[in-house]
Amino acid sequence: MVDLSVDISGLKLKNPIMPASGTFSEDLAEVFDLDRLGAHVTKTITRGWRDGNPTPRVCEVNGSMLNSIGIPSKGVGAFIEKVVPFYAHYETPLVVSISGNTADEFATLCSEVSVPGVAAIEVNISCPNIEEDGKAFAIRPSSTHDVMRKLRAATDLPLWAKLTPNTGETSEVARAAEEGGADALVVANTILSMAIDINTRRPKLGNLMGGLSGPSLKPIALRMAYQCARATSIPVIGCGGISTVEDVIEYLIAGASAVQVGTATFIHPTIMLSLIDGLEDWLSNQGLSSVKDLIGTVIDGEQDEAVVFMEAAP
Amino acid sequence: MPERIETMDDVPSIKAFELPLSVKSNEPVNGEYRLLVLAAPHDILKRCRAGQFFHLLCPQAGGETPYLRRPMSIYGFYPEKGELHFLYKVTGAGTRALASLALGDRLNVLGPLGEPFTIADDWQDLVLVARGVGLATLAPLALEANRLGRRLTAICSARHPDYLMSTDYFASLGADVITLTDAEGTSDLDNLEKVIEGLIADGRADAFYTCGSNRMLRLLQTIGERHGIPGQIALEQQMACGIGMCHCCVRPFNRGDRQVHLRVCREGPVFDMMEAIAW
Ligand SMILES: Cc1cc2nc3c(=O)[nH]c(=O)nc-3n(C[C@H](O)[C@H](O)[C@H](O)COP(=O)(O)OP(=O)(O)OC[C@H]3O[C@@H](n4cnc5c(N)ncnc54)[C@H](O)[C@@H]3O)c2cc1C
Ligand SMILES: Cc1cc2nc3c(=O)[nH]c(=O)nc-3n(C[C@H](O)[C@H](O)[C@H](O)COP(=O)(O)O)c2cc1C
Ligand code: FES
Repeated sequence: MVDLSVDISGLKLKNPIMPASGTFSEDLAEVFDLDRLGAHVTKTITRGWRDGNPTPRVCEVNGSMLNSIGIPSKGVGAFIEKVVPFYAHYETPLVVSISGNTADEFATLCSEVSVPGVAAIEVNISCPNIEEDGKAFAIRPSSTHDVMRKLRAATDLPLWAKLTPNTGETSEVARAAEEGGADALVVANTILSMAIDINTRRPKLGNLMGGLSGPSLKPIALRMAYQCARATSIPVIGCGGISTVEDVIEYLIAGASAVQVGTATFIHPTIMLSLIDGLEDWLSNQGLSSVKDLIGTVIDGEQDEAVVFMEAAP
Repeated sequence: MPERIETMDDVPSIKAFELPLSVKSNEPVNGEYRLLVLAAPHDILKRCRAGQFFHLLCPQAGGETPYLRRPMSIYGFYPEKGELHFLYKVTGAGTRALASLALGDRLNVLGPLGEPFTIADDWQDLVLVARGVGLATLAPLALEANRLGRRLTAICSARHPDYLMSTDYFASLGADVITLTDAEGTSDLDNLEKVIEGLIADGRADAFYTCGSNRMLRLLQTIGERHGIPGQIALEQQMACGIGMCHCCVRPFNRGDRQVHLRVCREGPVFDMMEAIAW
C-alpha cells in the first residue's frame, strides 16, 4: 500500500488530488463518489449576488480553452445555507474559494465564511476577469502583501493564496503572500488571453478577453510552481493543465505538495479518480511507499549551464 | 462540522456515466444529416428520457482536434435493442470528426444529462413544432406520447422536402404529420400560424413542444398567450462541462417579474416555453 496522504500546513488530505475552483460543483456527485478526492474546492464566491459575464463565455483554442465566466455568485448567505451543508455529507475537507473587489470587502467575506464545515479558505487574488483589464491583487507583491495581511487578521482557518500567471514577479509575489500570512500557495490561475473569429472579426468571448486553461497552460504554471516552492517555505498546490498522471508527477517533483485539476474534468468528468489510481500505481512501480518521497525531488543543479544556453539561443 | 441537515442517505446518487460506446453505424440520412447508432448498456438506456442529451467526446480526425465535448440530443433510445441514436448535422470540427466514426470505433459519451420534456396529465393533445435538426430533439417525445396514449400532431418544417426527417417515424407512432417546406412556399410563419390556429379550433392543442428556432418560439408564445396554451422548448447554448459546473451555458429567462440566468445543461435544456426569451 502506498501512502498517498499529504499535509498542507496541518490540513491532512488523504490524497493530493483535488479540483480547481470553478471547474467543480455539487453536480459532479451525480457522476462519482466525491469522497474519493483529497479535498473539495468550491467555485469562487463573492459577498453579494453577481451575474457573471456576457455569453459566449468559453471557446476552444488548439487543445485548450479560454473562459470569461466571471464570477457568478449567489452571495455568501446562500452559500452558507445551501452549499456548506451539502459538503458536510462528505469526510473530505471543504475549501472555500473567495474573492472581493477591495481588500476590506475581501476580509469581511473571509470572516463570514469562517464557519464550521469549512476546512480552509482559498483566496482568489488572481482572477483576471473581475478587475478592469485583468488587473488583480496578485500581480504585484505590495498589493498581495496588503490584502493577505487583512485576510490573515480576518480568520483562524488555513489560508491558501491563489496566484496569477499574469505577473512578471512570481517569486516576489509568492514571498509577499507568505509574509502576509498565507499557509499555502495555489499556483496558478488562468493566463489572460484572447481569440478572434476571423470571419466576423469579433472576439470569440463576450467579454473580449478571458483566461487560458488546459494543457497549453501547463509548462507556465509548472515553472511557477517550481519558482514558488523555491521562494517560500509554505506548501505549494500546483494547478494548470493537468490531464495525465505524468502531469501530476511533474508538479510533485517540481515541488508541489498537491495538485488541482481543472479543465480536464470537463473533458473527462472522472479524470481525478484515474489520476489518484494512476499515481498510486506509478509510486508503487517506482518502489516508493509514500507520495511525500516524491515532492520537491527535481534535480536542478545545473542552472548556470541552462542560463548560458538560454542566452545563447537566438 | 455544521449540524447535518440531511442524513448521509441524501448524498446524490449516480445518474450520469462517462464511458466509451462502440459504433454500430454512422450513415448519412440526407445531404445534411447523419444518424449515429451506438451500442449502449441497458443500465444507461433505461435512464434516458426524451429531451435529455449526451455530451460527446468527438475524436480527433482529419487534422481536426475538437477539444471540448459536444452536446447532442438523444434521438432514440432502445433498451430492448441496446441502442442509443443521435441525429446530427455536420457543422464544424466536432461534428466533422463524428462523421468519421466507423463500425466498431469507440466514442466516449457522458450522460444522460439535463432535464427531460414532461407531459402533464391533462395534456391529451400535443403539438410538436420543429424545423431541421430540431426534429432530433423532439423525436423521442413522440415515442413517449405514444406510450402514454396521447394524441400527437407533428408539424415538421424544412428548407426542402428532401430535408424533412423523421416524418415516417412520427407517423409510425400514430402522429398526424403536417409538412411545411420553403421550396413549396408553405413554411412561412403566417402559414404556420394558420395551421396551428386550425388545430386549436379543432380542439387538438393542449400543449406545444418546440426547439431551436427563434421565430417559432415567438410565434408559439404569441399563440400560447392568446389561447392560454402552455408549452415547452428545448434550447441550445454552447457548453463546456455539460453537467452544471462551469456556468458557461447560461441564458436569461423571465420568472415572474424578474430575469434569471439558468444553465441550459442543468436546469434545461427543456424549459417552460413562456419563460424562454427569444434571441
Ligand atoms: C442540448 C443540445 C442538444 C443538441 N442536439 C443536437 C442534435 O441532436 N443534433 C445536432 O446536429 N446538433 C445538436 N446540437 C448542436 C450541436 O451541439 C452543435 O452543432 C455542435 O456542438 C457543433 O460542433 P462543431 O464542432 O461541429 O461546430 P463548431 O462550430 O466548430 O463548434 C465550435 C464550438 O461551438 C459550440 N457550438 C456550435 N454550435 C452549437 C450549438 N448549436 N449549440 C451548442 N453549442 C454549439 C461547440 O460545442 C463548440 O464548442 C445540440 C446542442 C445542445 C446544446
Ligand atoms: C470555466 C472555468 C472557471 C473558472 N473559475 C474560477 C474561479 O471561480 N476561481 C478561481 O480561482 N479559478 C477559476 N478558474 C481557474 C481554475 O481554477 C484553474 O486555475 C485554471 O483553469 C488552470 O487549471 P486547468 O488548466 O487544470 O484548468 C476557472 C477555470 C475555468 C476553465
Ligand atoms: S456547460 Fe457547464 S454549466 Fe452548463
